[in-house]
Amino acid sequence: MTQSRETAIEVRGLINRFGKTVVHDGLDLDVYRGEVLGIVGGSGTGKSVLLRSIVGLQTPASGTITVLDDKVFPRPAGGKMPDARWGVMFQDGALFSALTVRENVEAPMREILDIAPATRRALANLKIAMAGLPERAGDLYPSELSGGMRKRAGLARALSLDPDIVFLDEPTAGLDPIGASEFDDLIQSLQKALALTVFLVTHDLDTLHATCDRIAVLAEKRVLVTGTMAELARVDHPWVHSYFHGPRAHAAETAALSGAV
Amino acid sequence: MPQSDIAPRFATLPLQGPLTLSHLGVLRATLAAAPQNVVISLAGTGAMDTAGAWVLATYLRDTAPGSSIVEATQAQELLLQTVTAHLPPLASQLLPNRRKVLQHQRLDALERLGRAVVTGLNGLAEVLGFFGLILVRVGRTIVQPSRLRLTATVHHMQDVGLNAVPIVALMAFLIGIVLAFQGADQLRQFGAEVFVVDLIALSILRELGILLTAIIVAGRSASAITASIGSMKMREEIDAMRTLGLDPIEVLVLPRLIALFVMLPVLGFVADIAGLVGGGLMSWATLGLSPGVFQTRLLQTDVIHFVVGLSKAPFFAVIIAVIGCFQGFKVQGNSESLGQLTSRSVVQAIFMVILADATFSIFFAGMGL
Repeated sequence: MTQSRETAIEVRGLINRFGKTVVHDGLDLDVYRGEVLGIVGGSGTGKSVLLRSIVGLQTPASGTITVLDDKVFPRPAGGKMPDARWGVMFQDGALFSALTVRENVEAPMREILDIAPATRRALANLKIAMAGLPERAGDLYPSELSGGMRKRAGLARALSLDPDIVFLDEPTAGLDPIGASEFDDLIQSLQKALALTVFLVTHDLDTLHATCDRIAVLAEKRVLVTGTMAELARVDHPWVHSYFHGPRAHAAETAALSGAV
Repeated sequence: MPQSDIAPRFATLPLQGPLTLSHLGVLRATLAAAPQNVVISLAGTGAMDTAGAWVLATYLRDTAPGSSIVEATQAQELLLQTVTAHLPPLASQLLPNRRKVLQHQRLDALERLGRAVVTGLNGLAEVLGFFGLILVRVGRTIVQPSRLRLTATVHHMQDVGLNAVPIVALMAFLIGIVLAFQGADQLRQFGAEVFVVDLIALSILRELGILLTAIIVAGRSASAITASIGSMKMREEIDAMRTLGLDPIEVLVLPRLIALFVMLPVLGFVADIAGLVGGGLMSWATLGLSPGVFQTRLLQTDVIHFVVGLSKAPFFAVIIAVIGCFQGFKVQGNSESLGQLTSRSVVQAIFMVILADATFSIFFAGMGL
């Protein structure tokens, strides 16, 4: 896929530290518009920290982060975060437990936009349906939902403001294989329909095969390598090699190939 | 081409500008002014988001099924398709359901009352069952003292006892001051200032010292107990304990119960002393009642008041511990229930402590103490 590539997220020289532990040391990353970028890496390599740095939940020690031509770090004086242009889906949905699913989806619209309640409600219903939830789910509280439904509700809330970029933190973790592959399909179809840029942190090799255009591998405190699944399979780094050639990788690859045929 | 068929018969409505949420008003106005059965051209439009697509899709489906859309870009086409596929069913299909709901609203109040009564009674039975379970475990621990978790008990004694000393002492000291000040004001009218000592001694030693201590401990420790057991329940630590053959009552409840049982009388004693000191100082300051006189008068008070006051402490301790632990075990998987039950545990513990105190008052009065 070598089209004219417009960058959606540009990270340069990112350094993150917790006390004496250095998580990122000069990390560079480009995410292009309209692509699904998968972020993989071992536990503790700072995948979530990277996501949190980009959306402004974590202040890096140094570096620059540009999202959709807006500097988000270092933040320009008086600059607002372009938070209406991205949506984040947290690992377990992170829904507001005191609100129903519909109110959860309406919450961001209520904060940022001035629209009529009826319109807001209808749009929330639409987003809930687009996330693949049944209509009655809108009136349920997060505690009444299953894990898979909570993730879908989290996705509906992330899409609430029609963002350009969606950040997904382990969208398929904790789902059964059927639910996980349905979620992969959902991500793919929504990405096409809404022309989304997707930043996807995952451990799930099936998700990588099914949805990602490119994959970035986090190791040694930086982005070790980026490329398509096929390109990464040829990389000669021990961690990357064992990740993409382990027994699970073969199973996922076979599944993806048989699905493609 | 099918479009050339339609084009001559239907008027064309060329839409302009972005079809986004912030321009929804313009789009709606344009569509409302349009005649039935038009061909909507999107050639002059810019960006389209789900809100714009939603208005167009609803218009096409519900208002003007004869109209059609032409010259949409590929992305717009895809978005329109997706949105159309996810539109909610027509409003008319929803109505019967809603009417049914309305009819039932009148019965709702009665139903709620019934539910509340049943829930209350069930709750009472559950607490009693839980209390019985604890008693059985206490009995087993008395037979086999080695089962007691000594380290945990001492840890909780420090937590609910020692760490509460400053707040309890300060509270009682201030109550002593208030009593002395208010009492002196009233008694001075009768020239009976010296009886302020009896007033302070009686009210602090018999009632206020232990009652207010129990209320503070209920607020401080019942909530802490519920929150800590509840979060363990949420993270399935309690299930893990059971699978490992550990008894949650023995591991979690007994140390807290024993810690409160031992420490609440001690805290009550601290409160008594602090209250008397506060009262004494205030009487000295406002009435000129010297510490010597205060002491002499104090020693003439019947010691039974002190005994009556402190004898209530262990009962209050059991109430606080049982309610705190019980609510903790009732926490479900979500953070909301943790918050709800924590506050319920504090409210119930304080209420039950006051209720028990009232019962004791009647009981001691009946006994002539």
